Amino acid sequence: MTLSLLDWLVMLVYLACVIGVGVALRRSTTTSVDFFQAGRAIPAWVCGLAFISANLGAQEIIGMAASGAKYGISTSHFYWIGAIPAMVFLGVFMMPFYYGSRARSVPEYLRLRFDEKTRGFNAISFALMTVFSSGISMYAMAKLLQLLHVFDAPFAALGLGPEYIFHVCVVASAVVVLVYVWLGGLPSAIYNEVLQFMLIVAGFVPLVYLGLRDAGGWGGIRAAVPVEFTHLWRGFGSAATSPMGVDAFGVAMGLGFVLSFGYWCTDFLVVQRAMAADSMAAARRTPLIAAVPKMLFPFLVVMPGLIALSVHGGVVPLKMHEGTNALVLDALGKPQLDYDLTIPTLLLRYFPSGLLGLGLTALLASFMSGMAGNVTAFNAVWTYDIYQAYLRPRASDAHYLKIGRLATLFGVAASILTAYVAAQFNNIMDVLQLVFAFVNAPLLATFLLGMFWKRATGHGAFAGLVAGTAAAALHHGLTLPAGALPGVKGGWIAITASYPSEMAQNFWTAIDAFITCLIVTLAVSLATRPRADSELRGLVYSLTERPRDGALPWYERPAILGVVVLLATAALNVVLF
Amino acid sequence: MKLDVRLPAGLMLTTIGVLLAGYGAISDRAIYARSLGINVNLIWGGVLLVAGAAMLLLSARSARD
Repeated sequence: MTLSLLDWLVMLVYLACVIGVGVALRRSTTTSVDFFQAGRAIPAWVCGLAFISANLGAQEIIGMAASGAKYGISTSHFYWIGAIPAMVFLGVFMMPFYYGSRARSVPEYLRLRFDEKTRGFNAISFALMTVFSSGISMYAMAKLLQLLHVFDAPFAALGLGPEYIFHVCVVASAVVVLVYVWLGGLPSAIYNEVLQFMLIVAGFVPLVYLGLRDAGGWGGIRAAVPVEFTHLWRGFGSAATSPMGVDAFGVAMGLGFVLSFGYWCTDFLVVQRAMAADSMAAARRTPLIAAVPKMLFPFLVVMPGLIALSVHGGVVPLKMHEGTNALVLDALGKPQLDYDLTIPTLLLRYFPSGLLGLGLTALLASFMSGMAGNVTAFNAVWTYDIYQAYLRPRASDAHYLKIGRLATLFGVAASILTAYVAAQFNNIMDVLQLVFAFVNAPLLATFLLGMFWKRATGHGAFAGLVAGTAAAALHHGLTLPAGALPGVKGGWIAITASYPSEMAQNFWTAIDAFITCLIVTLAVSLATRPRADSELRGLVYSLTERPRDGALPWYERPAILGVVVLLATAALNVVLF
Repeated sequence: MKLDVRLPAGLMLTTIGVLLAGYGAISDRAIYARSLGINVNLIWGGVLLVAGAAMLLLSARSARD
């Protein structure tokens, strides 16, 4: 299938709008507070949609549909267990410290609460991680657009081979993100994330509608796929029967607590959106507002996986070796399915010219929102927590604004470089992602102790983070998922235990890192001198005045919103149990 | 930050809505075989047009106030 003029026009309208937002905000972005913190002047609903959109990168959309086809509706655990409770916790309990401390970033909160070395550890690992994540996501997106073959004809008409599709996709999308973030900084990224959110919804709702209609509705899907694919918790009584290779406890503790709270409550990429809100109440409402679409997203991104399995005997394409086009076989000699092509396959199957342009634009929008999220988080952490902290502490505001813009350029260039490195050496990217997973896994313990235990000290936090990271690496090096070879998948020290799946190994690695960080931070804190209470006001729960929500109408009170969101999530779990 | 996001969002959805619905009104029915015989361009374009227009209206009203 080739793209029509209308498909191109739809994409152009989107690009004109996102760049237009950057241009419109250029004039009002005159200080570093405007550029990095959006002047702390954004309404809650805008921050809420940006919060969810920054997380909704292309890898998430492609990956969740792929997982839906592989594991069924239980993929929704990543939303209903692995996101909503943590988002409620962030809004109700943690935002008062992030917003109230006037910290400009998550690493800066760590400096205020603990010390410089803890901030440095977090800032450097986070800055590297954002650049690599955005590069890997860029690689995945460009590769996907190349595999779709919809751009083959126009490129051939220009005398360019299909390999140029990858180059043009990488460079063009990076330039668009660079332009609007350079011009308008964080506010430009946030407003565009709202546009991108709307486009993603506009592109995927008709896909799910047509797919469900073709499959004969939910009843048709239930008749076509194995029974555990349409039940959330079927088989989760033990790891052996669970479709993910993890039992209910592993899901609740690994995904629902450590990984989920570790990401949603401490990752500056998402927290930065809430910190840009125009008031404390708005900052607290941000993740709660975001939780509503997040709760409904499985119907948009997981459902396509089930649809692809159900219609016409299954339409997920077979996986082929790149270059040779030979089928990829599993250990039993059976052809493997290429689950990552689930969404593109459905787009090409159901969308005529016009709507196809909208569907592709939705994919593009998801990619750009994820990338801009990474880039804006990177430029703030680089400028505030690395450049200002260690390289040039007392420069003018105009200087830091200039450095922020240059950091945007550097972040985008480094992402492009990473995309090409990923294209050359897939394993290097796997190793990097693994290292960052090790660094991230213990962070939750540091934050929980830092915010809710005034006795926690800087030495304790730093020692806990280092020990937790080492414990994660050790756990990974000593265990291996079933069917994997020792190396990047684990077992690189020795194989002392085996897990039924990679997901099970990830969950238990994170749990191990969390517990180690918790114990070491506790022990070292008790052995070192705590800071005076007066220095910790506004940073620790017991020494901070509770936000007064009594004057707010009930629908703006974080606690009430949190309970409503949790009850709705519980209801979804019951309906699809 | 003085930007009402409903303005660019409304403009974007309205324009895409007009393009899709306009094409849906004049395009050959045969292309909708893949969308199960439904003229999705016309219907979904109309929905986006209404949503976009509503945003523009709300934005204009708040600018007037």
